[in-house]
Amino acid sequence: MGAKTALYQEHLNLGAKVVDFAGWDMPLHYGSQVEEHYKVRGDSGMFDVSHMTFVDLKGDRVRAFLCYLLANNVDRLKSPGQALYTCMLNEQGGVVDDLIVYYFDEGRFRMVVNAGTHDKDMAWIEHHAASFDVSVEELTDVALLAVQGPEARNKVHDLLSPVQREKAEALAPFNAVESEGFFISRTGYTGEDGYEVMVPADQAVDFWRRLHSIGVHPVGLGARDTLRLEAGMDLYSAEMDEETSPLEAGLKWTVAWEPQDRNFIGREALEPQYNAIPARKLVGLILDGRGVLRGHQRVIVDGEVVGEVTSGSFSPTLGKAIALARVPYDVSGQVLVEMRGKQLPARVVKPPFVRHGKACFE
Amino acid sequence: MSNAPSHLKYAKSHEWVESVSDDTYRIGISDHAQDLLGDMVFIELPEVGQALSAQDECAVVESVKAASDVYSPLSGEVVAINEELVENPDLVNRDAYGDGWLFTVKASDLSELEALMSAAEYIELNSDDDH
Repeated sequence: MGAKTALYQEHLNLGAKVVDFAGWDMPLHYGSQVEEHYKVRGDSGMFDVSHMTFVDLKGDRVRAFLCYLLANNVDRLKSPGQALYTCMLNEQGGVVDDLIVYYFDEGRFRMVVNAGTHDKDMAWIEHHAASFDVSVEELTDVALLAVQGPEARNKVHDLLSPVQREKAEALAPFNAVESEGFFISRTGYTGEDGYEVMVPADQAVDFWRRLHSIGVHPVGLGARDTLRLEAGMDLYSAEMDEETSPLEAGLKWTVAWEPQDRNFIGREALEPQYNAIPARKLVGLILDGRGVLRGHQRVIVDGEVVGEVTSGSFSPTLGKAIALARVPYDVSGQVLVEMRGKQLPARVVKPPFVRHGKACFE
Repeated sequence: MSNAPSHLKYAKSHEWVESVSDDTYRIGISDHAQDLLGDMVFIELPEVGQALSAQDECAVVESVKAASDVYSPLSGEVVAINEELVENPDLVNRDAYGDGWLFTVKASDLSELEALMSAAEYIELNSDDDH
């Protein structure tokens, strides 16, 4: 028996198949993960992501602390509510975790980090925060509902108070606002528009039920994975980990090299690689034949194993298997992937695979 | 709790067998098996005319979650396959004991039926998975 979110009983009531995820009892699907995937691409779906870790950072030097802790540059956050996707690196330039950081004011920022890395993240953050006199407060009495899809924003708007609604409607992508106890963020992990709405835990069931009553479909972790994979988004521990540089995980765009004098953890280790051609890169693969690409399948070029699939699945939108794979930098065109004793041809493409419901790979 | 109709026989590896006529049997995977695997995306079937021995791997059901081999519970010759599954693999999810059937064999050794389980025995076998 694992930890349970405020919505656990709701999941059971909706017939969820519950699985362990990083110590949490979470819904894998509510019947058909493929149907749930289509709902998000075509209309709207809601995910309980309350198992994630929410950390508020407070103190006079919190900006300076985050400029040191994070590989992307928090100085890009200038107006309240702006959000930034970033990696948190170790001294070797490997990825401790990937996360989103929000700016409220010069005394307060918020980070949302992965559930599977909770303990080491908290220890890492607290260890480095001490020398900046920054307090690290984990929010535990909240729930986070991701509402995603082309109709998601409209549907959320209908449930908000007039004040909340006006603020939400004004949000640009990757911005958030606090209003009347809700924290409303125009972010997500599906490649669709939508919100992630943080609410007090004791209001989670009510908000979830109201969303459901206006036709927002519950979606489990199964579809969450196929949606993010179609959107070409990395998953921590699959595409990157403490042994993998963000430069080899398709995340160079998140490492802010300028200004040169910003010293962040991992910078020194990445220095020699930053302007060099990396040994390996992350690519997309499409299998035009039958079968499903899956993590750890071997990628073969000219009869030699050159890399492996980091994440693979069936893409409901494309009707065929897709994957992210790490391969040598010069690989392009076609490769073979070994699955179930056979070697099947796969096309090398640049992710994402799907944007706003449509195929978009090159 | 998944269902298991009582007029069928079941194999430990989660196939069901239905008598169609004297020596002809239809074969599919159980509701319990499709529930464990989740949404089906590809089904590989044997060929009509193919000779099977009991326990041969003769089909593959692949879901979003995993690929799984299907073993023939009976020896014999494949006389029909469910071609609908090529375009609509989710029939296995929607109707495991009906429209989601996989293939039909003309059995060569009817004594193999005795090694199969009744519905009650099959449900008992799976009871550990269900809580």
